[in-house]
Amino acid sequence: MSLPSEPVLAPAAEVAGSGPSRPAEGRGPWRTAVRRLRRNRSAMVSLAVLLAVAALTLLAPAYAGWLGIDPFRSNLAGTTVIDGQSVPVMEPSTTGLGLGVTPIGPTWDLGGYLLGADNQGRDVAARLLYGGRNSLLIAGSATALCLVLATLVGLVAGYMGGIVDMVLSRILDVLWAFPVYLLAISLSIVLLTSAFTIGPVTITAGSLLLPIGIIGVIYVPYVARPIRARVLTLRQSEFVLAAIGLGLPTGRILRKDVLPNLLPTLIVFVPILLALAITTESALSYLSIGVQPPDASWGTIIQDGQTLLYSRPWVALAPGLAIVVTVLALNVLGDAVRDALDARGHGR
Amino acid sequence: MTMRLGRAALAGAALLTTTAIAASAQTREELMEQHRGGTLRLVASAAGGTIDPQINYTAQYWQVMQLVYDGLLTFQKAGGEEGGVVVADLATEIPEPTNDGKTYVFQLRDGIKFSDGSDVGVDDVVASFQRIFKISGPTSGTFYNGIVGAEACIAAPPDCTLEGGVVGDEAARTVTINLVAPDPEFLLKISVPHAVILPAETPATDAGVTPIPGTGPYYFESYNPNESLVMSRNPHFQEWSAEAQPDGYVDRIEYGFGLTDEAQVTAVQNGQADWMFDQPPADRLNEIGTQYAEQVHVNPLTAFWYAPMNTNLPPFDDVRVRQAVNYAIDRNALVQVFGGAVLAQPVCQILPPGFPGHEDTCVYTQDPGTTWTAPDMDKARALVEESGTAGQDVTVVVEDTTVSRGVGTYLQSVLTDLGYNASVNAISSNIQFTYIQNTNNNVQISVSQWYQDYPAASNFLNVLLSCASFHPGSDASVNISGYCNPDLDARMQAAMDLAVTDPEAANAEWAKIDQAFMAEAPVAPLFTPKAIDFLSTRVGNYVFSNQYKWVMSEAWVQ
Repeated sequence: MSLPSEPVLAPAAEVAGSGPSRPAEGRGPWRTAVRRLRRNRSAMVSLAVLLAVAALTLLAPAYAGWLGIDPFRSNLAGTTVIDGQSVPVMEPSTTGLGLGVTPIGPTWDLGGYLLGADNQGRDVAARLLYGGRNSLLIAGSATALCLVLATLVGLVAGYMGGIVDMVLSRILDVLWAFPVYLLAISLSIVLLTSAFTIGPVTITAGSLLLPIGIIGVIYVPYVARPIRARVLTLRQSEFVLAAIGLGLPTGRILRKDVLPNLLPTLIVFVPILLALAITTESALSYLSIGVQPPDASWGTIIQDGQTLLYSRPWVALAPGLAIVVTVLALNVLGDAVRDALDARGHGR
Repeated sequence: MTMRLGRAALAGAALLTTTAIAASAQTREELMEQHRGGTLRLVASAAGGTIDPQINYTAQYWQVMQLVYDGLLTFQKAGGEEGGVVVADLATEIPEPTNDGKTYVFQLRDGIKFSDGSDVGVDDVVASFQRIFKISGPTSGTFYNGIVGAEACIAAPPDCTLEGGVVGDEAARTVTINLVAPDPEFLLKISVPHAVILPAETPATDAGVTPIPGTGPYYFESYNPNESLVMSRNPHFQEWSAEAQPDGYVDRIEYGFGLTDEAQVTAVQNGQADWMFDQPPADRLNEIGTQYAEQVHVNPLTAFWYAPMNTNLPPFDDVRVRQAVNYAIDRNALVQVFGGAVLAQPVCQILPPGFPGHEDTCVYTQDPGTTWTAPDMDKARALVEESGTAGQDVTVVVEDTTVSRGVGTYLQSVLTDLGYNASVNAISSNIQFTYIQNTNNNVQISVSQWYQDYPAASNFLNVLLSCASFHPGSDASVNISGYCNPDLDARMQAAMDLAVTDPEAANAEWAKIDQAFMAEAPVAPLFTPKAIDFLSTRVGNYVFSNQYKWVMSEAWVQ
């Protein structure tokens, strides 16, 4: 697992007044960053790809509705029409000993079974879109959860220092000591076997909140540490010391002076965490400990396709390609965002 | 005239049979000379656990235990239904029960040795029966609890003596087994591997990976569950009964672990392995069935896949809902999940086709009669509506295997069609079977399988659905539905008693009990699977027994 080291970012206040890469008069650091990002063609292509993937997955219900199918229901006894002829979705072998039943292959026709059927006779293309929705939803929610938790921990540990910092840092150390997938798998296995309750909220075994929570938590140490380090630096910066000297309340200092200067760091983490969350969710779902059937994610569709690799490889290839394209786009965009926000980098 | 011709024909047939038997005996010797030797290479995705024959309870290892161990009696090493016939093994003959069916006296054969060279004696037999209880064997409380003294042994396993229950007479070389009550299935129960005879000094703990000497034609040479199980010829074996324990053709059997099912298929295709334990994956079946048809053997199994429904939890505490599920399931669709009509057969009864007590009948189909034809969704929906349970949450708990997940996903679809908010929870195969048994886990409906231990109706109905098999809060509560019906329990006990004197009448009664259970529908029978054996080209003399599947000792590789 590789996560970016602490981004070399200048605080907003410093960026505004920095030297050679100093933005044009009247242009703020954010506008400068956006301008740099827009000039990066790779980033723009990646962004377009991501937007296209997101848009397509949002169209999943419309596509399924147009086809008149429910991609979450088995269709083992169903038929479809190809070249004007009705054919079974699951084709029993008629040669040799007559062993096995093979799902219909890709028709390359948007009107049905574009990518073929899976071993339940369900339309793979429609499930791919629904699966993408879940994968992106989980990744997005887990990223948001992780950033919120990591920011809270990093902020409190870095600013308060002392015993609070020590306790929080050791907790992060313990979490960090576990290989990330081992931790995710352990949590999933424990939590997926039964529902559990937190206060008034009961989370059922098949709920998407489980993979969101698990993925959101396991990456907290990887984000909280750089944030804590950044807060430690900010804590000693002149504008924060000045605020303390003026006797401003701690909450206000954190909210108005420290937190805004953490935003570049957090933004850089967003695409990276999204990419990691997508791959982690896919891995967990592939291992049957993420999204539970009949819900789909790209990971569960790969698992469905694993048993059809020889006869119907597209069932596994399609979600695999979707993951590759999305994660690649996120990584390229992540690099571009870091470059765009890296004032000192541009100054060198 | 007719009578005379008939007698002549009978005499001729008898002569032919005698000649054929003599010829086949001779042929066997010749075949043994021709084909003896070589190494049989088996592959599986995983090992089957402990190699302690009195503890292991897996079909995978029961198959190989046959080659290594013997009991007083055993199932005949023969193909088809004959494989379910009990024959004398270490005992000279099957004894007739005395004392109103409560006492059996076994005469021990002379001259049989364990693979470590020690003689098999009466003390070994007595100690082996005691050991079943000392190690708290998995069937000690179900198969062997009818032996005098068993109750005390179950209460205090380390002190087990089975006093008055298993009595040895060294001088006469006899072992007397006394039962608390007549048990028509007792001879079947002592023919399974849990009642094999081991050296008296065998420690009363799970042997795990340490081989225990046996009396069969092979012995366990080494065992590493992460790598392989190796069996070699037992140097002290001399064939005493070809039907009970035939000598093997191959010199050595290597059972390798760790290959995926895909890799196993490829290994057999390439001749790198001779047989794969796991069922070939779905997407290779067509290829195997067409390009390698001559290397494939498909045989019916006395087993069934079923969906136990928890009769103590909503919505399945309402019999109408359980009946609705039975009506709604398209069993042909599930047959497709298992690999098609060649590999499975739809069923809507508990006792498998061809099993004692089975009578073709099906209520839960569009046209009730003898066989299942199609689901009746209208009737199913009407029953759910009557019950007023639509909209409730239902979770189907399945094993994390391709077929189990496929069946579970299909059931989820059916339950959704019936109006429930259904989901599927796939958990590891290592824990699923015990998880669904424990009432603390509140499993509503699950997917499971049951394979016969021995050919008797009670091995399905009594084991799976009696009140005695329901243990709330325990992982060992094989009555997964939690269904307890004292009336049906009494009828089952009466059928078992009847089997002592009139097995046919008992089987007829079992058929009625099967139907009575299905009227209450604590389970939804799905399909009866078939076994598929995919062998390399060099394997010859394939014999399939209904009891232990492929009889490996009868196969040759050269």
